[in-house]
Amino acid sequence: MSRDDDHTATDLSHLRGGETARNHDARTIAALTANPGCARRGVMDAAAVDKDAVARHLGFGAPFGQSQFAITRGNAFEAQVKADGCAELLALLRDGLGLDIPEVAYDDLESVGTESREVRHTRTRHLMARALESGEGTMFDHPLLRLDIAGQRAYLEPDVIAFQLGGRFHVVEVKSFAVVDGQAEPEQVAAAARQSAVYVLALRELVADLGHDPERVSHEVFLVCPENFSNRPTATPVDVRPQLAVVRRQLARLTRAEDIARDMPDGLTFALDDALPEAVRSVEARYAPECMSSCEMALFCRDEARACGATGTLGRSVRDELGGVDSVVTALDLARGVREPSEDMAETAEQLRVAARLRHEALAAAPAPAVPARDAAAPLVGVPAHGAGVLERTA
Amino acid sequence: MSAAVTSPAVEANRVVEAVLADLAKDHRGVVVDSPPGAGKSTLVVRAAAHLARAGERLMIVAQTNEQVDDLIDRIAEEHPDLTIGRLSAAGYVASERVTAHAAVRVALKADDIADRTIVIATAAKWATLTDGSWPWAIVDEAYQMRSDMLLRIAGRFERALFVGDPGQLDPFSTVEVERWAGLSWDPMRSAVSVLLAHNPELPVHRLPVSWRLPASAAPVVSQAFYPFTGFRSGTGPQDRRLELGAGGMGTSYDRAVEEAAASGWALYELPARHTLRTDSEAVQATAALAVRMLQRGPVAHSERGEAPVGADRIAVGAAHRDQVAAIRLALGPYADGITVDTANRLQGREYDVTVVLHPLSGRRDATAFHLESGRLCVLASRHRHACLVVARAGIPELLDAHPSAEPVRLGVPVKFPDGWEANQAVLARLGEHRVRADA
Amino acid sequence: MSTLTALAQLEAIASGRAQPVATVRHCHLSETPLVMIPLKLAGEAAAPLATMLGTDRNAPTLLVVPQPRNRDLRFGYAAELAKAVVEHVEAERGATETLEPSKDGEERFRYERAPQIIVPNRGSVGFLRLLGRSTRFRSTEGPWAVDPAVPMLGRWLTWFADRNDRPGSSVLLTLTETLRLHWATGQSSLEDGNLAALMGWIDPPEGMDGPSAAARAEDPVVSPPAGPATDPTFDNEVLAPAIAAFDESGGEPRAEERIRAAVASQLIPTWDLAWRALDLLRALPEGASVPKRWERDRDSFTYFHREFAESPPQAKLDDAVRAARRLHDLERSQESYEAQRAFDDPLVMAEQRLAGQAFGGMVTESEPTRLDESGKRPKLRPYVRIRTEDPVRLDEGATVVNAARPGLKGRVVEIDGQDVLLELTGGMGRKQTPEPGVVPEPGQRVVFTSRTADSWGASKFPEREDTPWTHGGPPAEYEPADEDATEVWS
Repeated sequence: MSRDDDHTATDLSHLRGGETARNHDARTIAALTANPGCARRGVMDAAAVDKDAVARHLGFGAPFGQSQFAITRGNAFEAQVKADGCAELLALLRDGLGLDIPEVAYDDLESVGTESREVRHTRTRHLMARALESGEGTMFDHPLLRLDIAGQRAYLEPDVIAFQLGGRFHVVEVKSFAVVDGQAEPEQVAAAARQSAVYVLALRELVADLGHDPERVSHEVFLVCPENFSNRPTATPVDVRPQLAVVRRQLARLTRAEDIARDMPDGLTFALDDALPEAVRSVEARYAPECMSSCEMALFCRDEARACGATGTLGRSVRDELGGVDSVVTALDLARGVREPSEDMAETAEQLRVAARLRHEALAAAPAPAVPARDAAAPLVGVPAHGAGVLERTA
Repeated sequence: MSAAVTSPAVEANRVVEAVLADLAKDHRGVVVDSPPGAGKSTLVVRAAAHLARAGERLMIVAQTNEQVDDLIDRIAEEHPDLTIGRLSAAGYVASERVTAHAAVRVALKADDIADRTIVIATAAKWATLTDGSWPWAIVDEAYQMRSDMLLRIAGRFERALFVGDPGQLDPFSTVEVERWAGLSWDPMRSAVSVLLAHNPELPVHRLPVSWRLPASAAPVVSQAFYPFTGFRSGTGPQDRRLELGAGGMGTSYDRAVEEAAASGWALYELPARHTLRTDSEAVQATAALAVRMLQRGPVAHSERGEAPVGADRIAVGAAHRDQVAAIRLALGPYADGITVDTANRLQGREYDVTVVLHPLSGRRDATAFHLESGRLCVLASRHRHACLVVARAGIPELLDAHPSAEPVRLGVPVKFPDGWEANQAVLARLGEHRVRADA
Repeated sequence: MSTLTALAQLEAIASGRAQPVATVRHCHLSETPLVMIPLKLAGEAAAPLATMLGTDRNAPTLLVVPQPRNRDLRFGYAAELAKAVVEHVEAERGATETLEPSKDGEERFRYERAPQIIVPNRGSVGFLRLLGRSTRFRSTEGPWAVDPAVPMLGRWLTWFADRNDRPGSSVLLTLTETLRLHWATGQSSLEDGNLAALMGWIDPPEGMDGPSAAARAEDPVVSPPAGPATDPTFDNEVLAPAIAAFDESGGEPRAEERIRAAVASQLIPTWDLAWRALDLLRALPEGASVPKRWERDRDSFTYFHREFAESPPQAKLDDAVRAARRLHDLERSQESYEAQRAFDDPLVMAEQRLAGQAFGGMVTESEPTRLDESGKRPKLRPYVRIRTEDPVRLDEGATVVNAARPGLKGRVVEIDGQDVLLELTGGMGRKQTPEPGVVPEPGQRVVFTSRTADSWGASKFPEREDTPWTHGGPPAEYEPADEDATEVWS
């Protein structure tokens, strides 16, 4: 039928140039949806390149550090929710959401000793198969799932719980951001929903593989978060159908990375050597400021985009406002009327010229503000005393 | 055709009967979802007469003065024995459609038309009343009304019939505030969504047949915008025909007009380019297609008989107001007869032929605004015969590159259909009717 | 976003400095604003770590919770913060003006002044809102009693944060957003969210340009974040060991001093930057409508302050009626704020001109005494012809008003190429001849716009107890619950 169906696994692993493959997890898979138009990111992800290592090698390591306070808090919360065979979680689902939960068998699938991931995955399969047959109440903590990412086998080790209720599995995701009066940070919820969608997808594949209806994995996941300002957990159902559609779409799309990779100069790889900058630059990026929150390469790409004066560094809406003019210099020349616009830029040029005239007119009429000189005093030093404001300037 | 398939008329009538039967039961409210052209106004007129004949006084709530006048005209026409009061704001000049009927009285105050069986006004006007109560209300275009408006008028009625199209544009606000996200009474949500959140037991009916959309359009619109409920066309492929009286000159405009006349759809494709919103080429093409359609002397053949398609039966739709202004300008002398408006203002309207400037044409990045499924749904479902879409090439790539990082708010129901999917579905269909612009 | 702002950003890139996008200041600036820079503990919703605050740039107060997980220390901090905020509120009242009584004969008052809080960014507002939420329900009696100032703080912070939602309000301003309203930089809005980077473009240090100052600002070591989140490296390498030492010492003053010093090092750069930002904003002349909007802020302050003692804390969630009313108020504010800004500032009006909704140019012809005699009685209807280069996108018949004199109204008669013929319809006085100087004369430059704030009549809403069945009926009355007073804050 379609090209994708008889397509064998796309293998771009040679592009890593011998470097270790990065293990995909739900976060990195969810990140695939962030900027699907970027060829550079697409190729590097499809080849499982360690983008963080690449960015650091290029001198643009991303400062994605995490505070130990946040880590401690997250771990403590999760441990609390899962303690005693998820006793607190069960109570929450029963009382908080009014679910009619019978006796539940709890299995922790956390790795045992030096067990390989494949063995662990087999164990997950085995238990899932049994649960699907019986349809009884079951909770699997740390199931090890598998998903094919552009032909690469990725293992997912979610902290989540797969929870069977009335013959349907639900994903339970524990997050440590607060839900205050029923509301939480929309970006954080969105990230959690995307990750959960990856788990739902992987669980569905497993269920289908075991010969059952994949719909036995619900599109409704339970997000468990601290309530208000306490450590008490609260559970909120989240419908992840939109995220499922997006993740599925982007995973299907990754195979196209092969076409892009074909255009790369022969022999170039993303090995951490001298040729790395050339290799990276040979694949076009589609930088937007939003990349900063989702892609390890963002600082490099921003620097590159700024260096070539791309209007995209100002944001998607600014670029759109400039109707197609990609270059800062061109746009300014058009605005100043010192460059004859090509036919396809004529309209934007006209708009920019009018804008320039209006700006000039308005600013010419306004008096320049008298900006005070910077405070002559030296900066504050020392520690303000408790309560009383005695902080001294050194001058 | 197999005998097991009920005719559309029978199927639609069955739903209407069920709605009327529900009015007699003791539900506080009844909701009717009506896809484009499914006989919403007919239902409103029929239900109004039905309630009035049962001896109930009733109020009707519409969203715009235009809609109020349309409804008055239809009710008075079909039921001249019913007395109607039109409540209006100062400054309203009664249109001919209203003054033509002897049974209609226009008043600024409700007291002046207290004797009327049916009192009808815009929601905004109803919201100025602080007393008075009607046993029944019919709320038209209830999905386009914000829930805060419903809050302000709900004290005026005991029970209500809510009628509207869930696939069209959601109501919006000029301010961005998150504080009510997830609340069942969020004032920014639609009236129906809040009503049902608080009264989940209310019966919801769905009108199953679009009498407006031709057989070429109903399945596309149904699948793209009403994926879970669906509807069908009231007419078969042979029932509608658009005949061009005058010959063309073989230009790409002519070919697009011919394609649309023959198949019900045409995609007039301009070369890929990132442009300003008021892309002059696209604006020119949109205007030119509308004019060319008119010049080709189109005659509509349908279940209603045969009628020439005049300028008043052609509409041009776009996403933004500046585009609308630019298209009006480009239409020049034709601008008077042809309706040109934004999707928001075209909601609820019907034409024989529409020409649409695709919201994503020439954009470098798709935004939530451009992807909103309701916008495309309105634009792609106004026509009885044919819809011509003008777009720059490259929209599939644009959709492909669209980052999906929409924030998620707890407790807010997921919106279907997804704008991305709906855009893909419509585009896939349009792709079969592509005419490339002459170089 | 508009092409004008986009162009200003391009010019910023080319010149290496931020470029103005306003010619006047569109917010009120108090003479003694309370600058507040709050920090919170990472990973928690609203666990305060520290706040630097004060109305004197040379004498900030630093409040610190040396062990943010300790409930007593946290409430001690909240009480001190409360005192500082309430003190500011009380100090900024000024005299009480007595106004005309309302229609129903009620006495009305307005305080001469109102308090103003300045915070670095949007995150700070969210944090203050949560801090307000977590403190306003606290009980001052019983086993969980807190200092009476704590719930007061909660209610005031909630008032400030709610007011901040309102377009055009100045009682709680964020510096990043306020600066962006007046300057455009050569970086994206995302990067402008960093106060130091934004200030780097507007006011780079000696010997630096915008890009280099902004680059420097992105290094958290040189330029600590403006909060409320702290730099993770600072947390891990400085703060965590200091807090651990504090815990080990059993709360020794020296150990506490170490934490205070660490936190101060993170806050002082932002503190200086905030005052510098205020200098820059203050240097702009105030927009003509700013006092009118500040008056609304003063009204709200007066009402809240006078009712304070008698009122319960603000509800956790707006009920249906409250929500609808609030949305209505916000939309009205938004509309008048946008209209006022354009009338106050030719650079904002330029947006409307670029969009074709307004136009400006030179008057070429004027018939100031023209009368329309088609009706029963002749009406004064002067004609004015204006030559413009603007891309006018108005329909004939469109209503417009003069930008410099919004009272002067007109109607577009015809647009012929670059010539717009207007018929003036109002705002010229009551006589058959216009008041002198009102009708523009040939040679005069004028701007007319079609965008005017609609006049809104007072809108009616049901009473809370009349909430209709469509919205779930009347909500239950709020009863202060023990649960709220004792709500864990950990």
